[in-house]
Amino acid sequence: MTAPGRLNKALDWVDRRLPLISLMKHSAIDYPTPKNLNYWWNFGSLAGFMLVVMIVTGLFLAMQYTPHVDMAFDSVERIMRDVNYGWLIRYLHMNGASMFFVVTYIHIFRGLYYGSYKPPRELLWWIGLVILLLMMATAFMGYVLPWGQMSLWGATVITNLFSAVPVVGDAIVTLLWGGFSVDNPTLNRFFVLHFLLPFVILGVVVLHVWALHTVKSNNPLGIDVKGPQDVIPFHPYYTVKDLFGIGVFLIVYCLFTFWYPNYLGHPDNYIPANPMVTPPHIVPEWYFLPFYAILRAVPDKLMGVIAMFAAILVLFALPWLDSSKVRSGTFRPWFKVAFWLFVVDCFVLGYVGAMPAEGVWIVLGRIASVYYFVHLLLILPLLSRYEKTRPLPESIGLPVLSREGAAKGAQALAVLFAVVLFAAPAVAAEGAPLRKQSWSWQGIFGTYDEAQLRRGYQVYREVCSACHAMKRVHFRNTEALGFTEEAVKELAASYTVTDGPDDNGDMFERPALPSDRFPSPFPNDQAAMAANGGALPPDLSLIVKARMGGPDYVFSLLTGYAPQPADVELPPGKFYNTVFPGHAISMPPQLTDGAIEFPDGAPANVEAVARDVTAFLQWAAEPELEERHAMGVKTVLFLFAATALMYALKRRVWAAVH
Amino acid sequence: MSDHVMNETPKTRRDFLFAAATAVGAVGAAVAVWPFVDSLNPAADTRALSTVEVDLAPIAAGQAITVKWRGKPVFIRHRTPQEIESARAVNAADLRDPQADDARVQKAEWLVMVGVCTHLGCVPLGQKAGDPVGDFGGWFCPCHGSHYDTSGRIRKGPAPANLAVPDYAFLSDTQIRIG
Ligand code: FES
Repeated sequence: MTAPGRLNKALDWVDRRLPLISLMKHSAIDYPTPKNLNYWWNFGSLAGFMLVVMIVTGLFLAMQYTPHVDMAFDSVERIMRDVNYGWLIRYLHMNGASMFFVVTYIHIFRGLYYGSYKPPRELLWWIGLVILLLMMATAFMGYVLPWGQMSLWGATVITNLFSAVPVVGDAIVTLLWGGFSVDNPTLNRFFVLHFLLPFVILGVVVLHVWALHTVKSNNPLGIDVKGPQDVIPFHPYYTVKDLFGIGVFLIVYCLFTFWYPNYLGHPDNYIPANPMVTPPHIVPEWYFLPFYAILRAVPDKLMGVIAMFAAILVLFALPWLDSSKVRSGTFRPWFKVAFWLFVVDCFVLGYVGAMPAEGVWIVLGRIASVYYFVHLLLILPLLSRYEKTRPLPESIGLPVLSREGAAKGAQALAVLFAVVLFAAPAVAAEGAPLRKQSWSWQGIFGTYDEAQLRRGYQVYREVCSACHAMKRVHFRNTEALGFTEEAVKELAASYTVTDGPDDNGDMFERPALPSDRFPSPFPNDQAAMAANGGALPPDLSLIVKARMGGPDYVFSLLTGYAPQPADVELPPGKFYNTVFPGHAISMPPQLTDGAIEFPDGAPANVEAVARDVTAFLQWAAEPELEERHAMGVKTVLFLFAATALMYALKRRVWAAVH
Repeated sequence: MSDHVMNETPKTRRDFLFAAATAVGAVGAAVAVWPFVDSLNPAADTRALSTVEVDLAPIAAGQAITVKWRGKPVFIRHRTPQEIESARAVNAADLRDPQADDARVQKAEWLVMVGVCTHLGCVPLGQKAGDPVGDFGGWFCPCHGSHYDTSGRIRKGPAPANLAVPDYAFLSDTQIRIG
């Protein structure tokens, strides 16, 4: 007997006892799929793919993460700086959450347009909404784990939603917290739930797919499958199409991960959580913004919370709200218009959710919120009663439909995304405009300039380090500035650190080792504040990532000191700075022309010195940047090749159908 | 005939594409696995702490200290002349893990070993005065009864090998660096 023959026999033996292989064959290979699915149908499998990516990356992060309020932030920074490829895994996970929501939202809107919630697919739709709710809970709790400022205050604000519940509200919130504020018990339980829920989602996804395979896929025409001439087996037709889709998607995902990993996040989350200070703008992650806008649109606490939850729950009633017998929006001229207005409305809500709750944004938020419900509760029922639909085609096998519709939809959506993506930074841009510089690390191939980093380090050592700590940078890291191992040792040994206790229980002083952190100028925050007129000089390790505008902000601030204008009053001990929020900064101007002498003879005027030290701080915040860019280039090139290959294969496979 | 050719060409093309796509996909997946596996290896901070310097001056002859290196105990023993003598007296070829005493030390009076039993990883006794030292005057592992001699070599019991000697160097007469 040949080897494959023997293998088949063994598989057959297993299958007769546990029909795993038959199940796979039945649901992923033979599954009869309408032959006319367009690319909007790719997003279901993309969502499934993202779930797997999130579980895998999450699993490896969980092996390095510490869920304790004193250690969580540091453990995440350790993942970013010390764990092999830790930055890659974390950025994949962090941006993966956004990507997961992008594909899921598109998947949902596809269902809305093509009437995928209508009989017999109601249960399929409801299960999908349950997945969405679980995803939201999981994402929210995951955002708490890094224990930055946004983590803490996001958790505080969201858990406080439950305090709107009459009578028992406060008791519920205390129960959620396990204390009297969001604290260590909260972090612990959120970590446990954040770990557990994805597996619950996985289970519900199985139900979702099971229900799908029972009622079968909807299709762009929205008409029922009439016979075998209308369907093709899932494999190879849709497996190859889905793989091509995953290739395209991965390229987008990688652009964020490797070049704009923090674009979708908030700089405030790179500031360790501080229960005493709330950041000026509390904004949830972008995927919650439309719901956040609805919450804020209602001027009553309880009603706001109800409206927000209702915005999702009302979707469960869609099968009844829209009772039109015609599923696909393609044959409903007015529904089509209403659908796109609804999409725009959701984008408007999202945009408003990101803006401060003042002035025109309040009005716009209210209009958009009302329209959200008007569309679902009024327009849809009316349309389904009075709209004159176009005649449906006889069958899927007789395509009467040009593919223009779907393509136009894609264009419209792309434009909307582009608008939002470019409008997003405007949300942040307040106050004086920053002096944008061209930095060596920008661009696809951007790298650091070692000589500049060394000069910047010298500035830090001679000027900044008198007040500012850099606790997340170790002497050993300075090898990246071009120092030899020996030079790093000498450098470290020129500092003294406290160690111990020794065998007698005493603390002792010793020369620093390369494995030590940069020593802090003050023993603790209180001492630092006492020595600086009550203002805490922030730790500089992450300052570039923790400020909107990044390096441009730091540079502009350092060069932004100006004589106090006559009409401005400054509190005592403050200095006038054009860039600092509120213009009154506690730090006196520190850089002066020629105060520093660089061994390489580089210019040492204020501008040059500010630029050098900013470069050094950028490196301190993102030491992985060069590796990230290099890996990104290789990965994206590979993905382009692989995706092109998939596309060629897809065309070849589909040649028989078209 | 021409019919046959027309059928044949796309099929070959498809097979080639299929093989190429599978190969590229498999390579991509395999490469993508590596960062995840490597993330489980010791991180940079762990690697950076993998040397430790020890001052030997306070250790009198006949005394031993235990220091922590890479999370494991390292035994440092200032051996007496008798201990050195008895370690040298053994015929290395007769041992389970044949090794002469001078192959295990850099300076005869200083024995430096990882204090982890080569059986299943317990820490043998014998460092402190009053500890059981086993039948050969060195160390005794209480977990399953392994006896080590004054050179840390396995003499009796289930352990397969001598206590490991780590990489170390004398920085001065009284200072060593382990790792
Ligand atoms: S571990 Fe030491 S004898 Fe088994």
